[in-house]
Amino acid sequence: MSKNKKTVILLLIAAVLIAVVPLFVLKEAEFGGSDDAGSVMVEEIHGEYEPWFTPVLETALDRELPGEIESLIFCIQTGIGVGIIAFIMGRFVERKKWTDSLGDNAFEVLREKQKS
Amino acid sequence: MSKKEKILLKASIVFAAVFAIVPAANAMHIMEGYLPAKYCVAWGVVCLPFLIAGFISLKNKVKENRRNLTLIAMSGAFIFVISSLKIPSVTGSCSHMTGTGLGAILFGPASVSVLGVIVLLFQALLLAHGGLTTLGANTFSMAIAGPVVSFGIYKLCQKINVNRRVGIFLAAFLGDLFTYCVTSIQLAFAYPSEAGGVGASAVKFLGVFAPTQIPLAVIEGILTVVIVIGLETYAKPELRSIGFFKNKKGETQDE
Repeated sequence: MSKNKKTVILLLIAAVLIAVVPLFVLKEAEFGGSDDAGSVMVEEIHGEYEPWFTPVLETALDRELPGEIESLIFCIQTGIGVGIIAFIMGRFVERKKWTDSLGDNAFEVLREKQKS
Repeated sequence: MSKKEKILLKASIVFAAVFAIVPAANAMHIMEGYLPAKYCVAWGVVCLPFLIAGFISLKNKVKENRRNLTLIAMSGAFIFVISSLKIPSVTGSCSHMTGTGLGAILFGPASVSVLGVIVLLFQALLLAHGGLTTLGANTFSMAIAGPVVSFGIYKLCQKINVNRRVGIFLAAFLGDLFTYCVTSIQLAFAYPSEAGGVGASAVKFLGVFAPTQIPLAVIEGILTVVIVIGLETYAKPELRSIGFFKNKKGETQDE
């Protein structure tokens, strides 16, 4: 295994641990959003606060976005991102295989091939 | 930059400068309707020059070499993924990362502002997360202030010869944290507390955001380093084309 691979694996394990450990350590916590914590703080400082504008989607639906639908849309967002990254990375990886097999001046070789 | 673009950029800077005198208030992902209207407008206007500069710089990069598109798409997709993941933190609440560090390191802060706005719009329109009225303020904190810090830290680390990966980690880590600092300050400007004013209020908001965000910023730093390692291994020609490697030496060092 190359040094890079080891580093990547170690880093990923570290990232997962940082994310997962609080979940097991803090058994009582609710894990609400910190954006919501922000609005609670606004009310604490400012007194009762009525947001002066409701999100467009909520106005259109005439109610709050259902939780399941919200997670669906979050998943779509993740999906779009992962799809693009995976597609491009996949191409890169395949290309490296090809160019490696052609040797150091792979791109010149390919260009020559295209010409002929 | 063409002449027209230059004029547009200058006009927007003047516009922003004039409006910035209106008390500038700052906040990441401030909830819809939670900023008074004048602050919404002010932040929006402050963002304009960055967005226009970003748009032009992206356009030039694509014109220079169409292959740059792949890495631009990659940085945008990275923001999409990273900012959609809500991750539990030590404080018992969840927050998400920004993901703007990668783009800032690869393309500079201006370009990222455009990529960031796309994500913020997506979340504001479809998710009621952030909001249209607070889009300006959120853009400033997440897509401008954070990336500017990331970019600055990365360049600084290069200059003083810190290991590149450490530099990338620090850049993404501090950029993420700074985003939330700016958010706190933005909220504090809009909601100064009765005792102590803006300062005391900023400390309170920071108290909500900062402890939650620190572990997440570490994760963001790690993920950014991982993806850069991936790109360094598999996308050398693209990185070379955007001038990521300063010299031949830097390239071989990591092999």
